[in-house]
Amino acid sequence: MNTLQIADLRVVLPGTERPVLDGVDLTVASGETVALVGESGCGKTLTSRAALGMVPPRAEATGTVLVDGRDMLTLGARSLRRVRATTTAMIFQDPRAAINPVRRIGDFLTEGLRLTGAWDKTRARERALTLLDAVGLKSTVLRQYPHELSGGMLQRVMIAAALMADPVLLLADEPTTALDVTTQAEIIALLGELQQRFGTAMLFVTHDLDLAAVIADRVAVMYAGRIVETGPAEEVFAAPKHPYTAALLAASPRLDAPEPRLTVIPGRVPGLHTAISGCPFATRCGHADERCATERPQSTAVPGRAEAEVACWNSESLIPQGGAAHG
Amino acid sequence: MSTLALVRRSGPRTARTTRPWLYLICAGFAVLVVLVALLASWIAPADPNSSDLSAALTGPSAGHLLGADGSGRDTLSRLIIGARTALLGPAFVVLFSTLLGVAVGVAAGWRGGWLDSVLSRGSELLLAFPGLLLAILFVALYGQGLVAPVIALSLAYTPYVSRLARSLTLSEKQRPYLAAYRVQGFSNRAICLRHLIPNIGPVVLAQSTVNFGYALIDLAALSYLGLGVPPLTPDWGAMVNEGQSALLQGQPLSAIVPCLAIVLTVVAFNVVGEHWADRVAKREA
Repeated sequence: MNTLQIADLRVVLPGTERPVLDGVDLTVASGETVALVGESGCGKTLTSRAALGMVPPRAEATGTVLVDGRDMLTLGARSLRRVRATTTAMIFQDPRAAINPVRRIGDFLTEGLRLTGAWDKTRARERALTLLDAVGLKSTVLRQYPHELSGGMLQRVMIAAALMADPVLLLADEPTTALDVTTQAEIIALLGELQQRFGTAMLFVTHDLDLAAVIADRVAVMYAGRIVETGPAEEVFAAPKHPYTAALLAASPRLDAPEPRLTVIPGRVPGLHTAISGCPFATRCGHADERCATERPQSTAVPGRAEAEVACWNSESLIPQGGAAHG
Repeated sequence: MSTLALVRRSGPRTARTTRPWLYLICAGFAVLVVLVALLASWIAPADPNSSDLSAALTGPSAGHLLGADGSGRDTLSRLIIGARTALLGPAFVVLFSTLLGVAVGVAAGWRGGWLDSVLSRGSELLLAFPGLLLAILFVALYGQGLVAPVIALSLAYTPYVSRLARSLTLSEKQRPYLAAYRVQGFSNRAICLRHLIPNIGPVVLAQSTVNFGYALIDLAALSYLGLGVPPLTPDWGAMVNEGQSALLQGQPLSAIVPCLAIVLTVVAFNVVGEHWADRVAKREA
C-alpha cells in the first residue's frame, strides 16, 4: 500500500476560471522520497496541504487523498486531527516563523504528543532528547527559546518536532529555502539520513531542481495544477520527456558548465482567471502545434522507463532542447 | 504596527509615555495606590465614619492631616479607605470585560464568516451606546450598589477589548506558527487557548490597564451622582459629591483631595498601559 495516494484531485476555488489543482495523481510509496517540482503558483504547496486534508475554506475538492489508507478529504474533524497528530508531519519553509516564539523548544517538541494523551511528560521528554540527538542538537536546547537559536538549528528543531510522533508520511515544503547554502546541504543530508533511519515516506516540495535530484527517488513535475511528468529522478533529469521539464532544467543555473545567460521560459504560469483548453503549457512551449491548444494531453506511460508518465502530445517525436546537457 | 492601536477616548494625548521617568513615576504611584487600598484598614488613622464635629470644616491640623469634611469626618481616612472601593470596582470591570472581550474577539477573528459579522456588529452597537448611560440604566433597573454599575460597565467596556482582540487574532492567524500547530493535529480550541491568547495577551493587558483608568472615572462619576456605592461607604466619587458644600464654605480640601486622587490614579494607569503597548509594539517591529 502506498503511504500517500492522491488520485484525480481537483480543487476549485470560488470565483476562478480554472481549477487550482486539475486532476492531480501522485503516489508516494512507504520509505520513498518524491520531489514535487515546478514554478511558483503551480499548486505544489496546495497539493502538500491537501495531503493533510487542509483545503482552503469554501474550495470544492473532489478526488481522493489516501494517507495510510484513509481518505483525508472525507474524514471527520476528530479523526482528521488524529491522523495529523500521529501519521503525518510537516516541515515548513521558514522555521523562525513556524515555531511559536514565546514557548521553549522543549514545550514545542512535546506538546503535541502530550495533548493526544498517549504520552506522559517524561516519556515525551525522552523522545524529544533522542530526536534532538538524532538531529545533532544538544539537550540544553530544550530549555531555550526560539530566538536564541540560529535558523539552521531551528530547522533541525522543526525536523525533530516532525519526527516526534513517528509519522509514516513527512511533508517538506521547501524546507531549505530560508536557509543559507551551507546549512542547506547539512539539512538535506540530515533529512535523507533520518528518512532512511525512521523509514518515513517523504514528499519534498521544492523549486530547486538540483536539490530534488539529490534527495528524491522519484520526481513529479507540476504545471498549472497538473502533474505533467513523473519518473525516476535521475532519468527524468537526464532525459526529460516533457518540454516544461526540459525548459525548467535549462533555466536553472549550473556550476559545472556555466552559461553566459540562463535560458528563460517566455511568459508565465496561466492565472486562475483564464480557462485552459488543451495543454496548459501550450502558450509557452516551442513545440506546440494546433492539437496542443485544443486537446488536453493525457498522462501516458513513457516507453522503456519504469513508473514514468508524461502528459504531452509530442513527447515521443521531440527531443527537448537543453535536456541532454544536464546529468 | 497599526494592529496595536489601543482604543482610546477622545481628548488630548500629548504625553509621550515612552519616557522612562514618567513611566516609572506612574508605575510607582499605581503600585502605591494599590498597596494603600490593600492595607487600608491598617494605615487609616481614624474611623472614616466617626464624626468629630468640633473639627468639621477645618483645614489640615495635627488631628486631621488633610482636614475634615462638613460632618467632621477625617478626609485622609476616608481617602485611604475609599481607595478600596475606588479600585475594587474598576478591577472587576476590567476582569469581566477582558474575559468577555477576549472570548468574543478571538471567536470572531478566528471563526470569521457570519459569527464575525454578528459579534462585530454587536460590539459596534454596544460601543455606540454610552457606557455611563448604560450603567445608570442598570442602576435604575436593579437598584443602587456596586454590582449593577460594575456589570453594566463590564458590558460597555467589552467592545474595547473585543475589537482589539479580533484585529490581533486576524493578524496572528496569518502567521505560520499557528498553521504548524494545526498540522500537528491541534484542535482549534487548543490552538486558541494555549497559543493564540498567550501571544496576544500583552497587548490586551495594555488595553485593560487603560480601561482600568476609564472605569475608575466612570464609577467615580456614578458615585458622584449618588448612583454608585451606598451612602456612608467611603468612596472617592462620593467624597467629591459630599465635599461640594464644604467647597462653597471655604474649605475646599475635602473635595479637592479625592478629585486629585482620581485624576492622578487614572493618569498613572493610563501611562502604564500606553507604555506597555509601546513596548510590545517595539518588540514586534
